[in-house]
Amino acid sequence: MARIELQIGGFGGQGVILAGLVIARALSLYDKREAVFTQSYGPEARGGASSSGVVVDDSKVDYPYPTKPDIMVIMSQEAFTTYFPKLKKGGTLIIERDLVKIDGKPEGVGEFHSIPATKIAEELGNRIVANIVMVGFITKVTGIVTKESAKKAVLEMVPKKVKALNEKAFETGYGYEEE
Amino acid sequence: MSVVQANMHPLDNYLRTERLPHVWCSGCGIGTVLGAYLRAMKNIGMDPEKTIMVSGIGCTGRAAGYVKMDSFHTTHGRPIPFAVGIKAARPDLNVTVFSGDGDLFAIGGNHIIHAARRNADITVITINNFIYGMTGGQLAPTTPETGITTTSPYGNVESPFNLAGLVAVSGASYVARWTSLHVRRLEKSIEKALKKRGFSFVEVLSPCPTAYGRRNRMRDPVDMLKYFQEHAVVKHHINPLEGVIEPDKDFIVGEFLDAEEEPTFEDKLWEMTKKEFLYTSQAERTAWILEHRRHLETLSKIISGRGER
Amino acid sequence: MKVEVLEGHHFLSGDVAVAEGAIAAGCRFFAGYPITPSSEVAERMSRRLPEVGGIFIQMEDELASMAALLGASWGGKKSMTATSGPGFSLMMENYGLGMMTETPCVIVNVQRAGPSTGLPTLVGQGDVMQARWGSHGPYETIALSPESPQECFDMAVRAFNFSEKYRIPVVVLMDESVGHLFERVSIPPKSEIEVIDRKISTDKKRHIYEPDDDLIPPMPPVGEGFGIHVTGLTHDERGYPVITAEAQEKLVRRLVDKIRVHADEIIDYEEFMTEDADVIVIAYGISARSARRAVIMAREKGIKAGMLRLKVIWPFPSKKLRELVEKASHFVVAEINNGQILVEVERAIRKEAVFVGKMGGEPHRPDEVLKGIEEAVK
Repeated sequence: MARIELQIGGFGGQGVILAGLVIARALSLYDKREAVFTQSYGPEARGGASSSGVVVDDSKVDYPYPTKPDIMVIMSQEAFTTYFPKLKKGGTLIIERDLVKIDGKPEGVGEFHSIPATKIAEELGNRIVANIVMVGFITKVTGIVTKESAKKAVLEMVPKKVKALNEKAFETGYGYEEE
Repeated sequence: MSVVQANMHPLDNYLRTERLPHVWCSGCGIGTVLGAYLRAMKNIGMDPEKTIMVSGIGCTGRAAGYVKMDSFHTTHGRPIPFAVGIKAARPDLNVTVFSGDGDLFAIGGNHIIHAARRNADITVITINNFIYGMTGGQLAPTTPETGITTTSPYGNVESPFNLAGLVAVSGASYVARWTSLHVRRLEKSIEKALKKRGFSFVEVLSPCPTAYGRRNRMRDPVDMLKYFQEHAVVKHHINPLEGVIEPDKDFIVGEFLDAEEEPTFEDKLWEMTKKEFLYTSQAERTAWILEHRRHLETLSKIISGRGER
Repeated sequence: MKVEVLEGHHFLSGDVAVAEGAIAAGCRFFAGYPITPSSEVAERMSRRLPEVGGIFIQMEDELASMAALLGASWGGKKSMTATSGPGFSLMMENYGLGMMTETPCVIVNVQRAGPSTGLPTLVGQGDVMQARWGSHGPYETIALSPESPQECFDMAVRAFNFSEKYRIPVVVLMDESVGHLFERVSIPPKSEIEVIDRKISTDKKRHIYEPDDDLIPPMPPVGEGFGIHVTGLTHDERGYPVITAEAQEKLVRRLVDKIRVHADEIIDYEEFMTEDADVIVIAYGISARSARRAVIMAREKGIKAGMLRLKVIWPFPSKKLRELVEKASHFVVAEINNGQILVEVERAIRKEAVFVGKMGGEPHRPDEVLKGIEEAVK
């Protein structure tokens, strides 16, 4: 597999940074791939559009930032406006169904997936795990990272008290059947 | 010149005699104060091998070069943070900062209030000669209003700092002010400062006939001492804010503050490295911190003259 | 955590990796003042140092931080601070005192875009010449430039080793991009990490600044009756001030020479596809990662491109460049400033290089460097 770029965009507080970090860590430490994680910094990282990037390659990653992402995950309408145009032609688009209002698969997109991650998280008990629902879903539909590695990374990176909730969130996202 | 035993000065063991004579002018008070400091050390049996002197830039800053102990002549204004670093690394050693008013209160002003706030276990001796002596007599943050200096040729329009007052309200454990005329009391006061665990500070008003007196109607070295003699009023434990110095008026010298010893900054830094502190709950750490906190409300009552001493 | 030195594989940011590298090198004192984008270094050290028996102090400013660093180093602790642009400017005062008094310590500068407050959260590489000449007067410096968290770890160790060996403040010249990106860091067992400690003087009669044959004087301990005097004034071997041109010539000449004669041991670079290259890109830090991609893109287009990546910026590898200019015809310099290493490169190759500069805020896109390569061979 050659270089793959993944970008996750949303608004501050949605946990898009943690989502990217979990995937990159799983790839790097457990799938033994070469992976880099980066994030947008600055005032925009405190509210407004926020994004994280994961670049994975067979050999050491040179340029660490996504340029034309192969996979774009969007969790807010504003992030859709900001980041969607960067998606590679024919790339995969994944959206938070209730927070990104678009009429079906946009032109130029290859694979298209959607999930009501926030609603699922609320049903599980706390909307804060919407990002981990999304991580489970990304893991399933893209196959970019193995399930075992992703789950291991999730459990390592969340506080002890909420491990069970996050595990459930990951599994629910992973098992989600699209309508 | 060879030094024979019979000719030895009582302080020769504390001085790098090969570096003498010193750079200070005749009539300067720095030597008097350094003498008081070294005698105080000797009186209380402080081991010069376990004592470090740190100084900054200026006439007073040169003192570090004459004392026979590990000594550091650092950059302008920075002897206090340098001393904080060395004391944190080696809390077993005695650390004194010996420097001037310009060094410690103008360019280094921020550092002294923070070292006092932290209660760093260092002793600071400041010689206040109202002027930048070494560079030829420029305005200092201590120059009295109306004072003529090379950079206030029409008279100083600024208000000077009340050094002892400032340090007392910043959180120091011991604060005193004397003049170079009060040699015996100064010596005793330095003994106390050296023995005190925590931040101790002694301000010494001292004549600079060359750069200050000459331009301010005290040309003769004795004039400045006369001024000290006539205007210094010995009073202890005043409200430190009353320690202002105004031209031609009486001013207060004495012990401004002598607080109970409390855990020092270094005590706390090193406690944090212990297993008993680290490997416990945050609730227990919080309890330890509160138990070892400084009682600034008591300190504040003392310095405002409203509390028990 | 509560372990002395991390081992094994970790997924870390550059800022955290440089802190862990310092601890592995034996750093047990940190004094600093928070500043973006280096604050994560201080945050990590504040948590980690007590665990390994070390002292962390957040000072009142960078002037104080640098002074405390030197004090603690004389107190026998391996000492470090971390800062960024505006803080690095303030530290220049006692960076000079460290040079003059030959005090080992490490300064991490996670570069952001300037001048002044500039872009606090975004990348720059404008402090290269400041690391070289930022404090007044003549002296020689050592500055390292990592391109990844792995190198942040490794170079923190190396920076301490250089600083202890040559008795000099060493700068780890990171940049915001490398400081904030996360990557795998593989740490060998503690026993396999080479750690160098300063030479300690044992002879109380020996002058404090009497050098060995390697021009480096052993460092006396404090509180042991050596009665040392250390001053920022020009001094003789006893450490006493001597205000003459002769004393200055003797002392400062040695300070310069002690690095120059060891330059070959310090200089380090990576050659990437330079073997048959027609055009060579010189880059460091995050810019080197863009340049590496650009070199591959150029090769795909049939241009014989290569890269010389500076791992150690100061001392500068002039000799290597003079070798390369015999083989390659064109040179490109990519850095996030208006031409700092460019000056050194052109001085070494004695001709003009194509300059691909950016004023800061973002790293070069690989195609921007590629354009420079194409312009060079045109």
